[in-house]
Amino acid sequence: MNTHTQLATYNFAYLDEQTKRMIRRAILKAIAIPGYQVPFASREMPMPYGWGTGGVQVTASVLGPDDTLKVIDQGADDTTNAVSIRAFFQKVANVAVTTRTADATIIQTRHRIPEETLNEGQILVYQVPIPEPLRFLEPRETETRKMHALEEYGLMHVKLYEDIARNGHIATTYAYPVKVEGRYVMDPSPTPKFDNPKMHKSQALQLFGAGREKRIYAIPPYTDVISLDFEDHPFEVQSFEEPCALCAACDVYLDEVILDDLGGRMFVCSDTDHCEKRRADGHVGPLAGETAETAP
Amino acid sequence: MTAVQSNSASMFQGGFADPVFNAQLVFRQIMDALARPGRVAEFNGLANPPAPLSPTVASIAATLFDHDTNVWLDPALARNEQVAGWLTFNTSAPLTREPLDADFAILLDSGSLPLLESFSQGTQEYPDRSTTLILQIASLTGGRKLCLTGPGIRDVDNSAPNGLPDHFFDQWASNGLRFPRGVDVLLAAPDGVIGLPRTVKIALGES
Amino acid sequence: MYVAVKGGEAAISNAHKLLADRRRGDRSVPAMHIEQIIEQLGLAVDRIMSEGSLYDRELAALAFKQARGDMIEAIFLLRAYRTTLPRFGYSNPIDTGAMLIERRISATYKDLPGGQLLGPTFDYTHRLLDPELMGSDAVEEPQTREGNDARTPRVSEILAHEGLIEDDGDLPDDHQTGDLTREPMEFPMTRDVRLQALSRADEGFLLALGYSTQRGFARSHPFAGEIRIGEVDIEIDVPELGFAVSLGRIRVTECQMINQFKGSAKSPPQFTRGYGLVFGQSERKAMAMSLVDRTLRATELGEDLTAPAQDEEFVISHSDNVQATGFVEHLKLPHYVDFQAELDLVRRMRAEYEQTHDGETPDDDGLEAAQ
Repeated sequence: MNTHTQLATYNFAYLDEQTKRMIRRAILKAIAIPGYQVPFASREMPMPYGWGTGGVQVTASVLGPDDTLKVIDQGADDTTNAVSIRAFFQKVANVAVTTRTADATIIQTRHRIPEETLNEGQILVYQVPIPEPLRFLEPRETETRKMHALEEYGLMHVKLYEDIARNGHIATTYAYPVKVEGRYVMDPSPTPKFDNPKMHKSQALQLFGAGREKRIYAIPPYTDVISLDFEDHPFEVQSFEEPCALCAACDVYLDEVILDDLGGRMFVCSDTDHCEKRRADGHVGPLAGETAETAP
Repeated sequence: MTAVQSNSASMFQGGFADPVFNAQLVFRQIMDALARPGRVAEFNGLANPPAPLSPTVASIAATLFDHDTNVWLDPALARNEQVAGWLTFNTSAPLTREPLDADFAILLDSGSLPLLESFSQGTQEYPDRSTTLILQIASLTGGRKLCLTGPGIRDVDNSAPNGLPDHFFDQWASNGLRFPRGVDVLLAAPDGVIGLPRTVKIALGES
Repeated sequence: MYVAVKGGEAAISNAHKLLADRRRGDRSVPAMHIEQIIEQLGLAVDRIMSEGSLYDRELAALAFKQARGDMIEAIFLLRAYRTTLPRFGYSNPIDTGAMLIERRISATYKDLPGGQLLGPTFDYTHRLLDPELMGSDAVEEPQTREGNDARTPRVSEILAHEGLIEDDGDLPDDHQTGDLTREPMEFPMTRDVRLQALSRADEGFLLALGYSTQRGFARSHPFAGEIRIGEVDIEIDVPELGFAVSLGRIRVTECQMINQFKGSAKSPPQFTRGYGLVFGQSERKAMAMSLVDRTLRATELGEDLTAPAQDEEFVISHSDNVQATGFVEHLKLPHYVDFQAELDLVRRMRAEYEQTHDGETPDDDGLEAAQ
């Protein structure tokens, strides 16, 4: 075993420089063609495909020693996969990390956009499982590529309209398709449609990485991102009937927490940093006095 | 690949002192420049190439070029063995004489700027397979006032880069009509970089 | 009382300690040496190298041990390591005609130049559990004969003399061999890239697809023209020297499947070929690969597309077990944000349903209809 005792010394942020250059070139093209999915030679990462390898490769390619990184999954900094990815970057890039949205220069996310408005200079990196918004209507890449080329998005409108005919409203609640700068239909990743309006003319740069499907796409700051809809059925986001039980926030996305097996439940902020900040600022929700914390 | 014939020291020196971190820093500036067109992205030229290639352009090259990218040099530059040799040695990028094959093009002599259309525009299916042009110009300020609009710009940006020929603006308008195909441009001057992604629209302000 | 779950980091670290404990198992049983895995579980090592796309028996054995015998996990470990390795150059194509043969059989000829050589095979073993192996496992020395340095012609070359089989495929002069691990995939693929994908594809997936073609889902009338296993030289050109130097040898398994072909407007009736080549001794995989390679040539040969094994995008997109396991298993990650969105929708639709149906439950509705 002597030949392999020192198995590998990894480069800063894990990826070798040639790989970073390849990904960086893809990111620049993605920014120049907002919403278009740029193919890239995604690498095998030391975490499984489907667990954020696309986001991790994008983050690793933009990250520098002066950055402050925040990683969230389902809006929370302390979900296991967010913890794991954050620990990865601490280990391979020795980068400063934070849970505070405002302090982060790069935020890698799965399934949420932070509630706090992002600023210029911040970069939001999305982990994307299936980047192709048309994939579930047409499974073939050869076909969907043509549809994007010809700007032929009729199928998507037919699908949404069938929802309306059957249910009276559009039955897509997450990964709700958007049109970017009037041209490309884009999958926002499986964020709840509640978050879609935050993408529109965001001050932050939004980068999307799909590792297994080998695609990178982007939305530059101040770019039009419009959720698909119909004149008689305009796009609308979810609303919750009660505020966050801990911080009393309205107009935020809430997680439903089951309290017992008798139907008891409460709703709390999915964005844990937002919730903590509000509570620190003195906002008190109806159940704030009855909470504790534990390790799993 | 162009054979390196001269063994002049400058051809083999002047690359990044710290390749990993210099490339990261320069990349972030280039990314910012393309994400926020008109905004000047600054970095001190970290590379030190033979003249007339500027440190700014050389830093971009050292950040983005490698053996997977075909690079086209404008005719004057291509004739300059020192510059061609420096790029080949420091980036391993193959040089091409065919603008349609170029992933990147470096142009110093903006007066003899070829038609943007003569570079690779990408295809309707793969619009990313297009050339990125790096134009070395005199300065990012002091030129004719422009009105830039498009993604990445809140309202309007009034950059005034100095050294773009008049016919560039007509060509740029045609480039926009080809969207999603088209080229992207980096204006590189000693004072930094301005990015012009194909989405940006340029109107001429009062001169 | 609401109890927020915190401390994911400690939980992960504890889980990994437990994993290490279970991997080691009973401490009174001696730990396995890497050499033991290489020597005694060689076919597992071969599969890991083959699907991990890295020829290194020591690392493959380490991955197998670390993965507690989980093949796909071991393949994943090897791939993740492989991707960090620098490239020094590209070797010349291996010449399987010059292979040092350990096993070589043909189902199409009774005898042929170079002969049939059974080699180390499970074939014709009676699958009876051997109680001897529960104990010390003393094994007789096998009989061997002097190696033959002569080149052993491949069956495809023999058939080619008669012009009855298609030539080796031609690629344009300026064709650069693709690299699946360095370039984004694009469909339709060139055959070189497709063969790369098949060579690292999941053995079970290829086996099932190959089997499906035998059962009539794109039947290809295959004959095992030749299977050969042995060592080949890896050579690399050194421009400074002006000739190729050998870097060493690797063991590979090659299968050439011969298929009947009725001919088309472009080609006369002749035999066509499906090709399989994998690292190590892995006959099942090489055979399945050659079956699937042949059916994936349907478009090239002008055949009707009727079955899954002919569908390049379907087969190649789903053949990589590291990708597949990642995405299937990612379903265990939290999805409660999306689920909340769906809960809300289903509740809303359910309320609307009950309103329009006047408060009846769906079951009542169904009953009425039945009556």
